[in-house]
Amino acid sequence: MTAFDPDRLRHEFPALDQEIHGKRLVYLDSAATSQKPRAVIGALSAYYEHDNANVHRGIHELSRRATVAFEEARGKVATWIGAAESAEIVWTRGTTEALNLVATAWGLDNVGEGDEILISALEHHSNIIPWQLLARRTGARLRYIELDEQGRLVLDDLSSLLTARTKVVAVSHVSNALGTVNPVAEIAAAAHEVGALVVVDGAQGAVHTRVDVRELGVDCYAFSGHKMCGPTGIGALWARRDLLEAMSPYQGGGEMIHIVGRQESTWAEVPHKFEAGTPNIAGAIGMGAAVDFLAEIGMDAIQAHERELMDYALGRVGEIPGIRIYGPGSLDERSAVLSFTLGDAHPHDISTILDAEGVAVRAGHHCAQLVMQHFGVSATARASFYLYNTKEDVDRLVEALGLVGSIFA
Amino acid sequence: METPQLNSLYQQLILEHYRHPRNKAELDDKSVEIHLANPVCGDEIRLQLRIEDDRVAEAKFVGQGCSISQAAVSMMTTLIEGRSLDEAGDLAKRFTEMMHGDESAAKDKALGDLRALQGVSKFPVRIKCALLGFDALQQALQQSAGGEGS
Repeated sequence: MTAFDPDRLRHEFPALDQEIHGKRLVYLDSAATSQKPRAVIGALSAYYEHDNANVHRGIHELSRRATVAFEEARGKVATWIGAAESAEIVWTRGTTEALNLVATAWGLDNVGEGDEILISALEHHSNIIPWQLLARRTGARLRYIELDEQGRLVLDDLSSLLTARTKVVAVSHVSNALGTVNPVAEIAAAAHEVGALVVVDGAQGAVHTRVDVRELGVDCYAFSGHKMCGPTGIGALWARRDLLEAMSPYQGGGEMIHIVGRQESTWAEVPHKFEAGTPNIAGAIGMGAAVDFLAEIGMDAIQAHERELMDYALGRVGEIPGIRIYGPGSLDERSAVLSFTLGDAHPHDISTILDAEGVAVRAGHHCAQLVMQHFGVSATARASFYLYNTKEDVDRLVEALGLVGSIFA
Repeated sequence: METPQLNSLYQQLILEHYRHPRNKAELDDKSVEIHLANPVCGDEIRLQLRIEDDRVAEAKFVGQGCSISQAAVSMMTTLIEGRSLDEAGDLAKRFTEMMHGDESAAKDKALGDLRALQGVSKFPVRIKCALLGFDALQQALQQSAGGEGS
């Protein structure tokens, strides 16, 4: 493997090679969605140009090729996160669908009135609403792990939050709003002591760090292709085979059945039991290509690069008068997300001004309104970094923030 | 796309209304209240009107959000007080036209300070911010016309 070189890597991403309002695009919104490398775009094109057919249905050659590529991609994703076998990977539209799948298919069979669901105030709405819906349908109670002043989970009283009634604990691996890295293994161990299922929202986790689901000791891990250089509309749920086998189907339709009768039917083997309808075949193949791309670079190298970048960014942005940075102070507890406000400039105004300078950041509540409420703000601006970002990008951000300061002086 | 003109967007008058909003308070004897939010960005406005004899006797708002949304609603309240419901409706219509690029609306003196917001029309993603207060006004007028007001 050659040395990590973000400048060289950047050229693998065609969308980054452009000017916005006359300036080189500085893309700092990868936590919303990452850009896509040629390898992924090429895999999508190649599939559509040469192998396009439905999977697991046809006898003809194209269908065989499409099925092989689709299942190979599943295997790549399984290996990448340390699954015991590829059958433990269920393709979904993304993290959101994966979490809804667990909350619905597992939840409705296993959670009842008076039971408790434990989540955290750090969660993205996709790891709150499915559980609210489940609680409403079953009469279960939704409880929260609270946040401290740095946006970290308060785990001192975790043992009192976990009771004999706790049926499921659902937390994010990494916060999309603040970048907080949660001690998932520790939470999982405690949750298992009361027999709760441990579900992890890994949308921002598998993106930035090497994930081994069995080392983490969790039961379910949900993640998305588009945050990790893959296409939109594809993601995966990892769960242990025995768990998947015990779960009811999520949606009904083609491909998820074995024998269909007038009143009763039987289900296909896992993971197909959860994959009703024609899946996002190209997306799955593209996600497989993204895994190959990231694996070749090495997740440890990516993580080291992002850490260096965050160290630099926290220092430089932190010096700006009037800046307030949210999230953990320690790089050990923070991923490549920098959430901030600047004086009385509203984050939308910050984002508009940065955009005019060619710097793309997100402004808003980041689908994490409970986090915003915790800090007493309605929105923050968020710069998020990935493998293709450089210190020069940080300098451009700082320079553009200077313009915000002068307009809102 | 041409380089957007930040100067035309962030005029002093806008920043001044953002920092010192007019009529930002709760109205005790309101006839109608409309609460609108933009879930995409979190801008939020509660517009409260006291309507007497088919006129806007008093207009107040409470809200939070970006400079554009808050300045627009602040300016709007100063212009609609004392106006008939029809006149207030015309103002909302004229402002919306200006946001959608109508040059003649942008020169219309009836829009008063609101003309400072003309630059927003060049920033498509921000037009919704500017219109939030006026959307609330139009709903408030509809409710009043429907007899739900005082």
